[in-house]
Amino acid sequence: MRPFELTTPASLDAAFATPGTFLAGGTTVVDLMKLNVLTPQQVLDINDLPLRGIDTRDGLRVGALERMGDVAAHPGVYPVISRALLASASQQLRNMASIGGNLLQRTRCGYFRDVAMPCNKRVPGSGCPAITGANRTHAILGTSEHCVATHASDLAVALVALDAEVRLAGAHGTRTVRLTDFYRLPGETPDVEHDLRPGELITEVVVPRLDWAQRSTYVKVRDRASYEFALCSAAVALDIQDGQVADARVAVGGVATVPWRLTAVEDALRGAPATVEAFEQAAAIAADGAEPLSDNAFKIPLLTRTVVRALIEGSRG
Amino acid sequence: MDISLHINGRAEDLSVEAGVTLLDALRERLSITGPKKGCDRGQCGACTVHVDGRPVLSCLTLATTVRGAVTTVEGLSDGDRLHPVQQAFVDQDALQCGFCTSGQVMSAVAAVEQDVTDVREFMSGNICRCAAYPNIVAAVEQARRSDATV
Repeated sequence: MRPFELTTPASLDAAFATPGTFLAGGTTVVDLMKLNVLTPQQVLDINDLPLRGIDTRDGLRVGALERMGDVAAHPGVYPVISRALLASASQQLRNMASIGGNLLQRTRCGYFRDVAMPCNKRVPGSGCPAITGANRTHAILGTSEHCVATHASDLAVALVALDAEVRLAGAHGTRTVRLTDFYRLPGETPDVEHDLRPGELITEVVVPRLDWAQRSTYVKVRDRASYEFALCSAAVALDIQDGQVADARVAVGGVATVPWRLTAVEDALRGAPATVEAFEQAAAIAADGAEPLSDNAFKIPLLTRTVVRALIEGSRG
Repeated sequence: MDISLHINGRAEDLSVEAGVTLLDALRERLSITGPKKGCDRGQCGACTVHVDGRPVLSCLTLATTVRGAVTTVEGLSDGDRLHPVQQAFVDQDALQCGFCTSGQVMSAVAAVEQDVTDVREFMSGNICRCAAYPNIVAAVEQARRSDATV
């Protein structure tokens, strides 16, 4: 780890007054500083900032510094969110990692994490060894010729399904951005991952009220039963009335460069009977547009099957 | 940076560089070597300690950012009287080489306190290279039962 200065701002204004890297739970930042992937000269420990609180009275509002485990355990949090959180990391890491930090966590691509390797995300223009290299866990959707790394957050998949917004604050004021608009496809600039401007912080996550999302779930498929990142995951919420799907939300993770909403699958579900056959039919288009790499074509059938399984489990409430 | 840590009921004042982890502060500066350095990057759980009663990974925690009271495996026993979770690990032979054990015990204490039902899921952040998992689960189950009578 390179030497750095650490300060502990007591207010948002103080945090915005000093350029530097924000540190909350540290599970991404300290990890990547040890690997020299991140080499900040100034680190700001923001844990004294007043960005706390979990409020389920009208949808869900979560202060960015709330910890993953506390949000997962909070009564009234939509099942898809608590299940996505509980499927993430380990209990120790969930005690540490903040909600804002979870949304900003970096990819687990091995080339990104290894400073001896080229990586367009870490060193723009240096190349992407994953495209011809070890890419079994990489993305099949939203990729570019410059980057095929997946977005690692389970929580973000659930939040994208529920149309969540993030409140951002910086020296120049506050703004609100839909999470689907917040994340950027890699395109030609995979180093630009999101809409956060220098010095800005996520202060709050807001999920609009959606009463039928109490019938929701999160299915995560991985190489082992626990404590692993997703090969494929699906967040599903279903509004089922009289055996028909009145409305649906579907988003997937582990297969795309950003949390991936499947609006075409949602359209196909609306008005369909809540049956396995109808779920299979709707999910058949889930992987449309996928571009598999040498070692991850298995993710195409895995994606459709994961969506079907999530729909079946979700339909059982 | 001058910091003051509260560890196992004692206040410890020390001066550390900003990048020193809680794990290194405990082991290298305070000779509290219960927490082990396995992977040193938040993947194995051998460094698990409690901060304000919550298990965290001391290898991903900067010592300068610790605000709460730290408990390591050294702080569990009452003199020579083992904590019920420690006794359960002995009774169930829940270790082979023992390197991961202090981290396992710290997570297991939380599992018992939270009365978790899915022990294997809760303990998945503590890796055991000897694969003593069946006996570790048995130890947690024993401690859950004994906890009711302690």
